[in-house]
Amino acid sequence: MSALAQVAGDPAVDPVAPAPETQKRSWTAYLLLLPGVLWLGVFFILPLVQLASVSLQSRYPGFPGYYYRDLNFQNYVSALTDYAPHFARSFLYAGLATLLAFVVAYPLAYAMAFKAGRWRNLMMICVVAPFFTSFILRTFAWSQILADEGWVVRSLDVLHLLPGGQIINTPVAVVAGLTYNFLPFMVLPIYASLERADPRVIEAGGDLYANGFTTFRTVTLPMSMPGVLAGTLLTFIPAAGDFVNMELLGPQRGKMVGNVINDQFLAIPGGYPVAAALSFTLMAAILAMVFLYVRRFGTEELV
Amino acid sequence: MAATTADAGTAYRPSAAKRAQLWLANHFAMISAILVLLYLFLPVAYTFAFSFNDHGKTNIVWQGFTWEHWQDPCGVAGACESLVVSLQVGAISTVIATVLGTLMALAMVRYRFRGKAASNVLIFVPMATPEIVMGAALLTIFVQGFSNVGISLGFGTIVFAHIMFCLSFVVVTVKARIQSLDPRIEEAAQDLYASPMQTFWKVTFPLILPGILGAAMLAFSLSFDDFIITNFVSGNESTFPKFVYVASRRGIPAEANVIGFSMFVLAVLLVVGAQVVSSARASRTKE
Repeated sequence: MSALAQVAGDPAVDPVAPAPETQKRSWTAYLLLLPGVLWLGVFFILPLVQLASVSLQSRYPGFPGYYYRDLNFQNYVSALTDYAPHFARSFLYAGLATLLAFVVAYPLAYAMAFKAGRWRNLMMICVVAPFFTSFILRTFAWSQILADEGWVVRSLDVLHLLPGGQIINTPVAVVAGLTYNFLPFMVLPIYASLERADPRVIEAGGDLYANGFTTFRTVTLPMSMPGVLAGTLLTFIPAAGDFVNMELLGPQRGKMVGNVINDQFLAIPGGYPVAAALSFTLMAAILAMVFLYVRRFGTEELV
Repeated sequence: MAATTADAGTAYRPSAAKRAQLWLANHFAMISAILVLLYLFLPVAYTFAFSFNDHGKTNIVWQGFTWEHWQDPCGVAGACESLVVSLQVGAISTVIATVLGTLMALAMVRYRFRGKAASNVLIFVPMATPEIVMGAALLTIFVQGFSNVGISLGFGTIVFAHIMFCLSFVVVTVKARIQSLDPRIEEAAQDLYASPMQTFWKVTFPLILPGILGAAMLAFSLSFDDFIITNFVSGNESTFPKFVYVASRRGIPAEANVIGFSMFVLAVLLVVGAQVVSSARASRTKE
C-alpha cells in the first residue's frame, strides 16, 4: 500500500498542471475511457440499481429467500426505526476512531515530514509494512492483546485504571480496533500535505515570537488541512461500514449497522430487502456527509 | 508539537531540568512517532510470536514453543489452497485494473471532452462507498440479475469485483504521475517528427511507468487483503482473508500466522528492494 500516499497526491512530485492548450480534444479520449467506464457501469452502477430495486422488494410469505418486485417502502421504515441504534453506534464508533486516529497520526506524520531527515523513507515503509499482514490476522492479534488474561488488562487492573475489569467484548475494544486498522489512511495524507509545506514558513512563526503551540495552531495545522480532510474521510468511511472489528473484538449485543447488513444478507434467510434498504441508507448518509464536508472545507485533491 | 528552540542560542547554560525540558520539547514529535510505530507493529509481533505456539485445538493462549508450523505451513486443510486463490485473484485483477485504469487516467489528464466532470464523479464515488455496500450490491446483482446469463458466485465474480474496486485507486495514482510530467518533453518529441504512437511508447510511457507500477502494487495489496467484498461474492470459493476469518471463530491455526507473516516479510523485502533500486538509478542519472 505504499502508493496510498499518492491517493492524496504524491508528495515526491510537484504537480505541474498542463496548460489548457496542451489538452487535446479528440474522440481518442472516449476510446481510452470506454473499457473502464463500462466496467464501472456493469460492476458498480448496475449493482447499485439492483440494490435499490431489492430494497423495495417484498418477501413471498412462506418462501424464505424468494422476493417479488414491489414498491415496499416499509423496508426503509424498518431500516430507519428498528436499526436506528445500529446506525448511531456505527457513526459514533467511526467518529471516535477517526478522532483518535487523527490524534495518534499527526505527531507521526509531523515527525516524518520535518524531523526524520534521512530516516524518512524507512519510516514510510514502517507505516505501510504492518498492512501487508492480513488485517484479519492483526485484528485477531488485538483480541489476544486485549484479552482478560493479557498484560494490558492485568497492568491496568493493578493500577486500578479499569473499573469494568474488561476491554475485550466492549465498545472500547471496537473503537481501538477501528482506530488501529485505518490509521495509515490518516497518516499518509497528512504526511503528504505537510511534506509539501515549506518548513521556512513554520520557522517564520517562531521568528515572529509565536510559541510552539501558537505556531502549530495558526501555521502548521492550516497548511495540513487538505491532508487532514482526506485522512478523516479515508478513515471514517471504511470505519462506519466495518463489521469485522465488532465481530472479532466487540460485545455480543449492540452491534453496528455493518454487522446487521452482513448477517441479513449472508446468514438470515429472507433478509435481503431490509438489508438492501440498510445498505442504501448507509451509502446515502455517507455520500451526503462527504459532499457536505468537501463543500465546507473545499478540496480538489480528492476528485 | 511544533517545538521551537527560540532560547537555544542564549549565552547562559540552563539548568539540567531546563535542558531536559528543552530536549523533550525538541524531540517530542520524534518520540511520539516512534511510540506510534511500535503500536503499529505490536499486532504483527503477536502474529509472529503465535506462529510458534505449540497449540492444541485453539491458538489463543501461549502454550509452548514449536517449529512445527513453520516446517509445514500447508498442514492445515484449506490454508495454502486459499492462499493460491488469493494470489491468482490478485494477479489477474491487478493486471486488468492497471491497464483499464491507466487508459482512463490518460484520457482524464490529456484530453478535454464532454462528460469529464461526470467521469470524475464515477471514478471518485466507488472510493467513497463503504465496502459493505459494494459487496451487498454485487451480491444482489450476481444472485438476482446475472445468474440468468450463467454467472454464479465463485472465482470469476471475485475477480470482477476486485477489478472494480481497484480501478479508481489505479486511476488516481497514475493520474498524479501524469500530471507531474512536463508536457514540453512530449512537445519536443513531436517537434522532432515523432508520430503520436512513437511519442507515447518512447517518451510518455517510460516516464509514467513508475506511477503505473505503484498503482499495480496498490491494486494487488487492496485485492490481496480484501475480505468484506470478497465475503459477499465468493460463494464457496475461499480466499486467504476469508479462510482466516472463518477460522478465527475457533482460533486461527498457527499455519495461517506463518503464511501471513511470510507475506509481510516478502512485501517488505520487495518495497525495500524497489527503494534501493530506484535510489541507485537516481544517483546514476545524476552523475
